Amino acid sequence: MSLDSKSAAPAHTTPGHGRPSALGSFLKLRELPVVLALVVLVAVTAAINPLFLSAQGIKDLLLNATILMILAVGQTLVIITRNVDLSVGSILGLVAFGTGSIFVAAPNLPIVAVFVLGMLFGAALGALNGLLITIAKVPALVITLGTLYIFRGISNAWAGGTQYFAGDRPDAFGNLSVDTFLGFPVITLIAVVVVAIVAVYMLGTRPGRDLYAIGSEPDAARLFGIPVQRRVLLAFVVNGLLAGLAGVLYASRFNSVGATTGSGLELDVVAAAVVGGVAIFGGSGTVFGAAIGALLLTTITSALTALRVDKFWQQAIVGILILAAVVIDRIASVRSARKLRIAEARNV
Amino acid sequence: MSDPSGAQTILPPEGPRPENGSPAKGRHMAATPGSTQQGVEKRPKQARAGKADTSKVLAVPKGRTGAARILLGRDAVMIYVLLVVVIYASIVIPRFASPVTVGFLLLDVIPTLLIALPMTLVIISGEIDLSVASIAGLTSALMGVLWQGGMNIGLVLVICVLAGLAAGAFNGVLIAYLGLPSLAVTIGTLALFRGLALVVIGDNAVANFPPGLTAFFTSKIGGTGIPTVMVGVVVLIIAFAVVLHFTPFGRGLFALGYSKEAATFVGIDVARSKFLLYLATGTVSALAGIYWTLRYSSARSDNASGLELAVIAAVLLGGVSIFGGKGSIPGVLAGVLLIGTINYALKLDRVSEVVLIIVTGSLLIISVVAPNIASAIKQARHSRRVRTAPLP
Repeated sequence: MSLDSKSAAPAHTTPGHGRPSALGSFLKLRELPVVLALVVLVAVTAAINPLFLSAQGIKDLLLNATILMILAVGQTLVIITRNVDLSVGSILGLVAFGTGSIFVAAPNLPIVAVFVLGMLFGAALGALNGLLITIAKVPALVITLGTLYIFRGISNAWAGGTQYFAGDRPDAFGNLSVDTFLGFPVITLIAVVVVAIVAVYMLGTRPGRDLYAIGSEPDAARLFGIPVQRRVLLAFVVNGLLAGLAGVLYASRFNSVGATTGSGLELDVVAAAVVGGVAIFGGSGTVFGAAIGALLLTTITSALTALRVDKFWQQAIVGILILAAVVIDRIASVRSARKLRIAEARNV
Repeated sequence: MSDPSGAQTILPPEGPRPENGSPAKGRHMAATPGSTQQGVEKRPKQARAGKADTSKVLAVPKGRTGAARILLGRDAVMIYVLLVVVIYASIVIPRFASPVTVGFLLLDVIPTLLIALPMTLVIISGEIDLSVASIAGLTSALMGVLWQGGMNIGLVLVICVLAGLAAGAFNGVLIAYLGLPSLAVTIGTLALFRGLALVVIGDNAVANFPPGLTAFFTSKIGGTGIPTVMVGVVVLIIAFAVVLHFTPFGRGLFALGYSKEAATFVGIDVARSKFLLYLATGTVSALAGIYWTLRYSSARSDNASGLELAVIAAVLLGGVSIFGGKGSIPGVLAGVLLIGTINYALKLDRVSEVVLIIVTGSLLIISVVAPNIASAIKQARHSRRVRTAPLP
């Protein structure tokens, strides 16, 4: 049929079939559009309003992005396995309030211990999600929608009307989001280290690669001998751990934590991952992309303010950005599918 | 075109379908080595004996049939649970069994109930729509601004419904005709439509709607306590139930949810069906937005925010499979009313409203986990029996 003409025509136009050139593979990076968008956004904004790139401006940008970045990295792990975790906002809320309570109950506890406790708490909540999903074999969307409500309800019951303010915490803890090291706020450095560790894990280790295999074809992954359940559980535990870390950092960064802390954050997190080129149906995308996606989403808000765009337009623009990311991803996948088809047809 | 849909259709077989007799059995056969061996040994015997009356073997129904199927099905169980909760609450909680309760309960539940109808159809067809609450918010904002601008209220309502239709069409084009994943698209339009609501009305709130109209939206039919608006809602419920359960289009949605390829082969226009569904969610969300505005007599940009997850929770609790292909309108009605009743009863019992969401979440999880655990226990028992039984 038309198969012949289709496969024959591009055969002449794409001679370098054997090994893709460095430039070619660079241009095909899924993260490239979002990085470009970020660069253009920052450049245009800085050209119009130079204050945008002042030391304080950059510091604010990074501080705003830090928490969403960590959450997006955790979410990426889960989405890559073809699952989703909608409960991260509630986990963050619980841990943030828990952090506030710890400082009130035990003011002399070392800050490192508070971090460890918060992360363990988050990991436990993530493990609950993961166990429900892997043991009962129930879709993640349903379970995490349920735990979104349960965790939020627990924090409502626990916190009631109580709020903890910055004054309730040791200064050293609050200073984490004020002090800078080489111009970077300390909590941002923590986020960058986390991104780097998880990125290396996903790129270079067996379990990390397994997550991609599970996401692109769960049945094949099982046949291949990958312990699918254990890996998916791992993804949820790590996601919970990172949400716990984000919760502790939230308590450091923001003035008050209470019952509603972090509510509604889950869709922002998924949006950041999607904007960063993580395919919503699993199997592709990188931690780095998701982190840049988070940075882009938060930078847009600041940029629009710096450009004196009506603040009411911000959310609409974020929506358009998400849709653009989905469309770009679609175009890329159509093109790569076509290329694969042609390559297969030529091999036959 | 077929690529992301391919990725999506791989999902359904992954999902547990505990109530479905044959696939579960098939999976079980493959899972336990003992049983496969037995199956192999049995096959020749069966073939020899059953050659003459193959038709009879085929005709033997698997699973429940007739009245038992209806009376013991998932929907029926939901309705029983609902009845038990209503009866229990009427006995235990003073002031529960009164027309006032009925009135407020229904008034509270109507937005969820309305949006749950098209959402059921969307989820059965294997898609999702997270932008419904934002469409309702956009409609509400539009309504406020147009009314304040001095437009005739009838015209305002028409424009609002058309806006909902347009928002649904936007979703529909992206999902049905461009083949983009609905989860990602509607997260985008969730932000977009809510953002447009902010653009339209900003921080303002409009409250001075015609008193006759707002009074109508909270009025009750006689002394029954049933809100007058319920008449319209019931008409919509019946319309959606008939479309889903008794028309070729509706039956096609189930096929679509099970397997998009198979649905295409039996002649279902997949893209058109999906597009129509998103038109329906958009329109009904607009109606819910109008209702919300007039019921609370306030048009604000953040009206109905967060409602999308509540609606999806109720729909899933009502027995609709998130993978598509399974669910019914009666089940969803029971799910919506169950959440509404429990919340209202506990509120009367002085449980704080913000804590109540624990109930919603737990119900949702139990409703999906319980059938799976039950079928897992059944399977474990069966395979133990098979393993310990002497080979023939």
